[in-house]
Amino acid sequence: MSKKEWPLWEIFIRSKAGLNHKHVGSLRAADAEMAVENARDVYTRRSEGISIWAVESKDVYASDPTEADSLFEPSDSKVYRHPTFYDIPDGISHM
Amino acid sequence: MSALFEYIIRLGDDSLILGHRMSEWCGHGPILEEDIAMTNIALDLVGQATSLLNYAGEVEGKGRDGDKLAFLRYDREYKNTLLVEQPNGDFGTTIMRQFLFDAYRKPLFEKLQNSADKQLSAIAEKSLKETKYHLKHSAEWVIRLGDGTDESHQRIQESLNTLWRYSSDLFYTDDVDTELLSQGIIADITEIRAEWEVTVKNVFEEATLQIPTNNWKQEGGRKGMHSENMGFILAELQYMQRAYPNMEW
Repeated sequence: MSKKEWPLWEIFIRSKAGLNHKHVGSLRAADAEMAVENARDVYTRRSEGISIWAVESKDVYASDPTEADSLFEPSDSKVYRHPTFYDIPDGISHM
Repeated sequence: MSALFEYIIRLGDDSLILGHRMSEWCGHGPILEEDIAMTNIALDLVGQATSLLNYAGEVEGKGRDGDKLAFLRYDREYKNTLLVEQPNGDFGTTIMRQFLFDAYRKPLFEKLQNSADKQLSAIAEKSLKETKYHLKHSAEWVIRLGDGTDESHQRIQESLNTLWRYSSDLFYTDDVDTELLSQGIIADITEIRAEWEVTVKNVFEEATLQIPTNNWKQEGGRKGMHSENMGFILAELQYMQRAYPNMEW
């Protein structure tokens, strides 16, 4: 009996048309077709979404956590980088 | 017993008994994703059984609702086809049973959408969406198991060899069907069978599986003549309602 594990897939679900796909978790599946079917069974049981993306985990290129300092901190301490000094008219809720 | 009542009972019992069989996998699936998939299928089937048996009770008009029909009949009053009462066996056997059943249910529900009976047509339309997914799931697995490793191929070929003899019972017809056909309530079974044969042949070809060549077939489900399995199924299915009459969740 083979001891190989099925490849790991990252699953993204879009909950409504127009919104973005959100990462909801991962699962193991033998191939892409099975990954989408398994995602439908595991992650859309309670009407969570209308669209599924499956990406093999090995294809996701992630930032190195040890480099978090140099990647993300420079923008934290510079208040002039954030557009917080505008007067926002009433009625615009998502700025 | 009216022909319509008889017919709905047959459809409802197929869903009820197969739903029960699939629920037996809960917590025992080979992997998490398939445990959830199979119990999802069980829930779909139990939902279909609820709609169908409730409607059957209405048609009968004797005050029996879906629950009473599901839990309190005697073994020969259940009219499910023999395939659905067969034991789960290994994962491949469950998948093969599901595949042979789904390939029959999909064209059945497709045509039942055009039924002269509005309620049946509505139930068929809703159930068809679920059945399409069940068929996709089981067909994909038959292909992967058949055209897989030596072990998976051998196991699923065994499953096919065991279950094939129950496939003709799916297409059993009698006066009930003749009467409903003349009233435009159901479609001709030969059309459904033709589609089934195409689906089955194509999937088995891709799965590199051989259809058994012996012609032996077992029938009788629609007449209430069940295999030995039925007694064990009903003992579990009916236990709570018989031990605690009228209990509710």
